[in-house]
Amino acid sequence: MKKYPYIPHTEEDIEEMLKYIGVKSIEDLFAEVPVTITSDLKIPESQDEFSVKRHLEKLASENISLKDLSVFMGAGVYLRYIPSVVHHIAMKPEFLTAYTPYQAEVSQGTLQALFEYQTMICELTGMEVANSSMYDGGSATAEAVLMGLRISKGRKVLVSKAVHPEYRITTKTYVKAQGFEIIEVDFDKETGETSLDDLKSKLDEEIAVVVIQYPNFFGIVEDLEKLRNEIPENVVFVVVAEPVSLALLEPPGKFGVDIVVGEGQSLGLYPSFGGPGLGFFATLEKHVRKMPGRIIGETKDVEGKRGYVMILQTREQHIRRAKATSNICSNHAHSALTTAVYMSVMGKEGLKEVAYRSMNTAHYLLKKLEEIGFERRFKGPFFNEFVFKVGENYEKKWREMVKKKILGPLPLARFYKELSDCALACTTEVTSSEDIEKLLEAIR
Amino acid sequence: MTIFEKSKKGRKAYTLPPYEFEDVGNDIPKHLLRKDPPELPEVHELDVVRHYTELARKNYGVDVGFYPLGSCTMKYNPKMNEDLANLDGFKYLHPYQPEETTQGALKLMYHLKELLCEITGMDDMTLAPAAGAHGELTGMLIVRAFHDSKNDTKRKKVIVPDSAHGTNPASASMVGYEVVEIKSSSEGLVDLKELEKNLDDETAAVMLTNPNTLGLFEKDIEKITSMAHEAGALLYYDGANLNAIMGRVRPGDMGFDIVHLNLHKTFSTPHGMGGPGSGPIGVKKHLADFLPVPVVREKDGRYYLDYNVPKTIGMVRSFLGNFLVLVKAYAYILLMGKDGLKFASEMAVLNANYLRKKLSEFMKIAYDRICMHEFVVDGSYLLKKTGVKTLDVAKRILDFGMHAPTIYFPLIVHEALMIEPTETESKETLDRFAQILENIVKEAEENPEIVKTAPHKTPVRRLDEVTASRKPVFRWR
Amino acid sequence: MKKYTKTHEWIELSDGTGTVGITNYAQERLGDVVYVELPDVGKKVKKGETVLTIESVKAASDVYSPVDGEVVEVNETLNDNPGLINEDPEGKGWIFKIKVENPSQLDELLSEEEYKKFCEEEGK
Repeated sequence: MKKYPYIPHTEEDIEEMLKYIGVKSIEDLFAEVPVTITSDLKIPESQDEFSVKRHLEKLASENISLKDLSVFMGAGVYLRYIPSVVHHIAMKPEFLTAYTPYQAEVSQGTLQALFEYQTMICELTGMEVANSSMYDGGSATAEAVLMGLRISKGRKVLVSKAVHPEYRITTKTYVKAQGFEIIEVDFDKETGETSLDDLKSKLDEEIAVVVIQYPNFFGIVEDLEKLRNEIPENVVFVVVAEPVSLALLEPPGKFGVDIVVGEGQSLGLYPSFGGPGLGFFATLEKHVRKMPGRIIGETKDVEGKRGYVMILQTREQHIRRAKATSNICSNHAHSALTTAVYMSVMGKEGLKEVAYRSMNTAHYLLKKLEEIGFERRFKGPFFNEFVFKVGENYEKKWREMVKKKILGPLPLARFYKELSDCALACTTEVTSSEDIEKLLEAIR
Repeated sequence: MTIFEKSKKGRKAYTLPPYEFEDVGNDIPKHLLRKDPPELPEVHELDVVRHYTELARKNYGVDVGFYPLGSCTMKYNPKMNEDLANLDGFKYLHPYQPEETTQGALKLMYHLKELLCEITGMDDMTLAPAAGAHGELTGMLIVRAFHDSKNDTKRKKVIVPDSAHGTNPASASMVGYEVVEIKSSSEGLVDLKELEKNLDDETAAVMLTNPNTLGLFEKDIEKITSMAHEAGALLYYDGANLNAIMGRVRPGDMGFDIVHLNLHKTFSTPHGMGGPGSGPIGVKKHLADFLPVPVVREKDGRYYLDYNVPKTIGMVRSFLGNFLVLVKAYAYILLMGKDGLKFASEMAVLNANYLRKKLSEFMKIAYDRICMHEFVVDGSYLLKKTGVKTLDVAKRILDFGMHAPTIYFPLIVHEALMIEPTETESKETLDRFAQILENIVKEAEENPEIVKTAPHKTPVRRLDEVTASRKPVFRWR
Repeated sequence: MKKYTKTHEWIELSDGTGTVGITNYAQERLGDVVYVELPDVGKKVKKGETVLTIESVKAASDVYSPVDGEVVEVNETLNDNPGLINEDPEGKGWIFKIKVENPSQLDELLSEEEYKKFCEEEGK
C-alpha cells in the first residue's frame, strides 16, 4: 500500500477500523455512491516533496520578480520594505493554522490581535469601528456601497471615475445584481480631481451613496472637505483610502465620511501577484449593525478577566442566512494580523516616515522628469503617484524597459482611453536614486 | 495587555536606510494634511515579539491538536506549501507586470485550473474568488446572467435544503434571489417530493452540497439534477464537502453546472484564523462565457489573462485571485496526485465512520448509518437527561486539550455537534477524542456543574458574550 | 385581557390602543436579548407583518404584528436595557403600542389558556 506523508493509516489501522465499523472493505463505505458516475482522475500520480518543490521553484524562476527590478508601478499594489520580524510572527503556526475564533476561550490570540488591528485601522482612518477584514480593496468597496444602500433610501450610486477601475467594475458587478444603478462622475481634465460640477449635476433625491478615492487612482489628493459640503447629509459618503498615505493625510473620519475602505496590501503584505491582500473596512458606530464582516469586541470572563469575543454575530450569514448583511464567512484574518504586526513594528513614527519618503520621492521624480522634457498631466496635488504624458508609443518602451530591469510607470491606455498617452508613476520608501537614474535613462 | 498599553513614546522597532533625496515640497493643501498622528504603538522589536508570542500561546491551531470541525476540513497544512508560497519569484510579483515577465505564475494558475477542472468534472474555471462564499456569490451571478441571456426573467427563486450552510441563502440573497428552503426527508436527504413541489419555471437554481452537511451522500443525486434541469434550473455545487469524494466521483458527472471549491478546506491551505482562503468557481461549457474576468488561458505555449470573456458578469474582486493560496493548493495536488487524493477521501470517510461508531456507544448519532467524511451528534437527549447543553460539552472538550466540533449546525438537528476528523488524523487521536467525550458524558450525568461551567483550564474562562454585544467595545481607547 | 399569537406575541387592548410584546415562552427560547431594533413611530403594519427584530447573542427573531394598525409608541428604555424583555417580557418589557384599526381581529387570537396549550403541543 502506498504511503503518504500527510496520511497516518497503516494497513493494520485500516483493517482494525473496518472491522470495528462492521464492513468488509473501504468500498462498502461508499456503497451509496452510484457506480455509474464514479471515475478515476486523469491527473498525474503522486510525487515526492523534492520533485514538487523543484517543479515549483522552476516556475518561480520563470518570473521576473520586483526584487530584481527598479519599480515605478503602484495602482493599488505597492512594493514596500517589510521588516523581517513581521513574517516570523505572522508565520507562527498558532496563527496560521488556527480556525475562525468561534470558541473564544482557545482563540484569545486571534481575537486580541484582530481587536488591536481594528483599533489601528480606526486610528488610521479616523473612524469609530472597523471590522476584522474583508478580501481586497475592490470587493470591500462593493460591500461598502451595498451597506450604503441599506442605510440610505435611494436606489442610485455615484462613483467617481477616479476610483480604481477594477474597484469600479467590481462594485458594478455586485450592485447591479441587486437592481441598483451605478452612475460615474467625471474627473476634472485639468486637476485630476473628481469634478465638483459633474458631481453636483448628478446629485438628486435618488442618490444613496457617493464613492470617492483618496488619494485617487491618479494619485491626486481629493478635497474631502469640499466634497462633503456638496454631498447631502442623508447620502452615504464612502471613501476608498490608501492606508499608508493616511499617516500623513488628514483621515477621512475628520470630514464626516460614513464608510472608509481600501486595499491593505501596502501595510506589510507582499505584492503576491495581487493576492491575498486585505480589504479594510471602517465606519461610524451608528452604522455598525449594517456593517458586514466579523467584528471583535472586548468583554470579561466569569472571573472578571479581560477577554475578546466576536460580537454582533446576528448580522452574519451563519445566523441571519438569507437576511444577513453579507454572505461573507471566511475573511482575510491572517492578512489583517500581518498588517497589525507591521503597524506595530513601524509604529506612529515609522509609518509617517514611510509615507513621507513615498510622497517626497514622487515629487522629486516628477521634478527630474520635467527636467528632461516630460509634463505632468494633472495640476491637482498628488501624494506618491502621479500621471504624466508619455506619448502613444510608450507601451512598447515600457515592455522593453524590463530588459533593463525597470518596471516603469503603468501605461494608462489599459484603463482610460482618454489617457492613452499617459502613464501612472509611483514611488515608495524603497525607491532609490539609482532606480531613478535608470528610469530617466530608459524613458527619455 | 494590548500592545497599546505596552507603548512608550520614543521607542521604535523599525530602521530605514538614510534618505537620499532633499525635501522637494508639495502642493497638498494644509487642511488635507494630518494634524494628529495616528496613535499606533511605539514599541521596540522585542516587545513586538513577546507580545505576539504571548498571543500565539493562547491560541489553538491544527499544529496544536485535533480540530474536528464539521464542514471545515481542518486537515494538516503541509509546510512545503509555505516554503513554496514564500519564494521571491511568487511573492514579489505585481499583477500588472507585462505578462511576458510572469509566465511562470500564469502557467501555474493555468495548470491548477486544469487540475481542478479534472477533479470536479468542469470545463472552465475562474480562480478569482477569495473564499467559498465569494465563489457562491460568483456562481449565483453566473446563474442570473445565464437566465437573463435567455430572457428568462421569471426565474426569481433559488432552492436550498434546510440543512444548507448559511452562506448559501446569503449568497443567493445578495444576488437578489428569493430563497426557498425545502425540508429534508426523514432520512436526512433531499426530499424528492418537496423538491418536485417547489421546482417550477420560477426556479433559477438549486444549491446543494453532496455529501450534505449531515455527512450523508445524496444517493438520488442523478435524479435530483435531472429534475432540476427539466425545470430549466441550474445546479450549483457547494464544494465544502469535496474531501469525502474527491478522486472517486466528480460533481460535474453528478449533473452540476457550477461548482465552487474551498482550497483552504479540501486542498490543505491554512485557515489563518478565518482566512485568506480561495474559492475557485468551475463551470460547464454552456456557462463559460459568463465567467468573471480575468480568466487564465494558454495559446501557443503563451499564458495570458483573458479580460475579454464575451458575456462576463464583470469582476468579483480587484486583481486576479489569492495567488499565494493557489500556489499552496497546486503544490498539494501535485504531491498527492490522483492516487493520494483518492486515498485521502477514503481515509477521511474511514475516520468519520470509525469515530461515529465509537461515539454511538454513549451518544446519540443523528441518522446513524454509514456516513461520508462527517457526521452529526444529536445532543438534545443529553440535554433532557442531564440539563447539559451541547455548548457546555463543547466548552468542556477544550479543557482536555482538543478543539470542540462545530456546534448548533446544521439547524435541522437539535443541539447538534458536527464532527469531521479528516484523513490526517491517526486512529490513536480518534480513540483519545472518543475517550474525552465518553468522560464528559459521564461527567454530565454525575457532576453536571463542572461541564456547565467549563472551560476551566483555558487562558480565559467562559466569556460574557451578552454584555459584549449589549454594550459593544469595538476598539482600544 | 391579554391575547396571544401562534408566533408568541401578546397584545393587551386598552382604549383602542394595543400594547404588544413577546411572551415568556419566546424570551426563554431566544436567550439573553442584546438588541431591539425598535420600529419608527407612525409605521403602518398589517396583521402578520414583521414589525421589528429582536437579537440575542446567537439568534435574531422577527416580531410580527398581531393586528392591522399604526405604531404610536415604542418602549425607548429597551435601547439601554434590552434585557428587560428577559426580566419582564409581559410587563415592563413591552415593545410597542399600536393603534388597532379593527378590534375584532383580536377575536382571531388565542386566549391565555389556548396559548398555554399551544406551547405544550409545540414543545413535544
